[in-house]
Amino acid sequence: MIYKVISKKEFRRFVDALVKSNNSFGPRQVDTDSQGSPVYQFKPVQSVEEIAFDYTATASSAKHLLLPFREELSRFAFHGDEWEQQTSYEADPVVLVGLRPCDISALNILDDVLLNSHFPSPYYLAKRKNTFVIGMDHLPLPDCFCKSMNHHTVTIGFNLFCSDIGENYYLSINSSKAFNFLKEFETREPNHDDNCLLVERRKLIQNSFQTEIDVTALPSILDIEFDSPVWEKWGQKCLNCGTCAMVCPSCYCYSLTESFDTDLKGARREKSLYSCNLVDFAVVAGGHNFRPKNGDRLKYRYYHQHRGFAENGNQQICVGCNRCGRACLSGINPKDVINDLRMEKESCLICVSSSPARI
Amino acid sequence: MPDMRFVIPRQDINCEDFASSAPDFNRRSEMMNTDRGFRCRITNIVQLTELEKLFQIRIVDPAERKLFRFKPGQFLMLELPGYGDVPISISSSSTNHEFLELCIRKAGHVTSALFTVEEGAYVAIRGPFGSSFPMDEMAGHNILLIAGGLGIAPLRAPLFWINEHRDRFLDVNLLYGAKEPSQLLFTWQFEEWEMINHIRLHTIVEHDDAAWRGKTGMITDLFNDISVDVKKSYAIVCGPPIMFKFVCGYLDKLGIPMNRMFVSLERRMHCGMGKCCRCMVGSTFTCIDGPVFDYWSVMNLKEAI
Repeated sequence: MIYKVISKKEFRRFVDALVKSNNSFGPRQVDTDSQGSPVYQFKPVQSVEEIAFDYTATASSAKHLLLPFREELSRFAFHGDEWEQQTSYEADPVVLVGLRPCDISALNILDDVLLNSHFPSPYYLAKRKNTFVIGMDHLPLPDCFCKSMNHHTVTIGFNLFCSDIGENYYLSINSSKAFNFLKEFETREPNHDDNCLLVERRKLIQNSFQTEIDVTALPSILDIEFDSPVWEKWGQKCLNCGTCAMVCPSCYCYSLTESFDTDLKGARREKSLYSCNLVDFAVVAGGHNFRPKNGDRLKYRYYHQHRGFAENGNQQICVGCNRCGRACLSGINPKDVINDLRMEKESCLICVSSSPARI
Repeated sequence: MPDMRFVIPRQDINCEDFASSAPDFNRRSEMMNTDRGFRCRITNIVQLTELEKLFQIRIVDPAERKLFRFKPGQFLMLELPGYGDVPISISSSSTNHEFLELCIRKAGHVTSALFTVEEGAYVAIRGPFGSSFPMDEMAGHNILLIAGGLGIAPLRAPLFWINEHRDRFLDVNLLYGAKEPSQLLFTWQFEEWEMINHIRLHTIVEHDDAAWRGKTGMITDLFNDISVDVKKSYAIVCGPPIMFKFVCGYLDKLGIPMNRMFVSLERRMHCGMGKCCRCMVGSTFTCIDGPVFDYWSVMNLKEAI
């Protein structure tokens, strides 16, 4: 990793050059919510003026640029009785500007799940290799809990990461591509003052977190509390809409569907993102549902998010961005569910119904 | 006009080493074409019962046919273009490299379409996926095979293995239960198994009819007919979810060690490669760590049975 310092004005010139020459996505205000605060999303950008560098957090995560909601995996062409499968792993270079550390951590987790396992996914690999990530740090929102998940800083998974140190940006350069681009712009080596400012900035971020979740031994607590009445209680609130999985930066479960073209000369196989809270997630042929109750499915989601696949030695996949908590229509928040599971008093009171007695 | 100095060069992953190297089918993780199947031709279709058919398929490309190897207990994804792909356990002998047999029940979207297909049609298979029964570890022991309904289909591969290496195993008992006599599968092989391979076959049905001369009741009733030497026995169980509870519970009480009882689980699957997470049991993939689990793992997995 190489460190440089760049003035904010020069940085905007750099981003502008990059954005104008490539297919780029950055945070843009798309709406205002009921309280009048802006809603941001990662949207295509053509120039640096369109990017809201001071955005708080986007409503959806950046994962859709790598794992689209719908993606055509392969096509079948029919010739008489025979058919032929056509598959291509192609992706165009994309620049992602302004990803937060938690978003980049989520990409690292997706890399781990989709690439460093049996059967690496070539579709994701093609997109990931052609993605240029510019990360930016930010002051946490009141409900961010990425510090508890240890994802408030990130050291890998980006091409360039900038920390705001007042007049300048402190750049961490993690790829030769980014280094070569920056040669064209005015940068300087960081001096002692810059380093001090960076440390101060990190401390400020560290101390600005208002929400914390105690995740000590959470995998084993989840295991022990498998039959806890807490799940049924929160399950009664859950609407099974699947919104949490759609906005989550690290949820990747999907379903495959195949359909014929209207001219019947071909067919296509499509992958669409799915949510484990949807009713038919675990229904097998014949109609048996392995997770029939709301609570079972909600529990499963928390298992995946916060326990990871412990048996397989995998990590927890939650990064603590709290997008699911903000998006949930019935107000289910990971903080409350986990604290309730830990039998913390204040969270037991938040839910409408009281916790059933523990036997 | 884009400034060419800042255009990010496109990377083509098809050029990477692991993509261009020859496919090694024992380490399919190194293969790129994970969602491209082997083209197969349906060479024979046998109607077993009203709802079940036995499909015999043959991989078209001789080189691919030679490379396709599986172990008893593994499954494959059967692809019917335009309809989808379904996980199907392999019911034929693992030493038979000429064709594969798949016992399929008409239950969903893809299998219903498959039932309208005729001999000579082309399908594709991906795989083989999943874990297998440890046949070498079981050698030198008594084997207890317990199947309920369609559960006989995944057990047919280990059964073939046992028959082909009969001298390696001691007593082999097959307990097989079904709802009605007409739903018993592979009845034409019963005599062969009993007479030639010396497998003690015990069948039972839940609801008998006029022609039925065997036993009537639940599969657990068959345990009275056999004596199990718990120190020298391995058990393989496959059937509907409710059956596991009773049968494994009984065997556990009997004293068969948990790591000598194997079950083959069924879950919804979309990819077969540990990516879609649809087949998750607790926190384990049925497609990668399963479908064959020992009972100890199953006990550790919440909501497995």
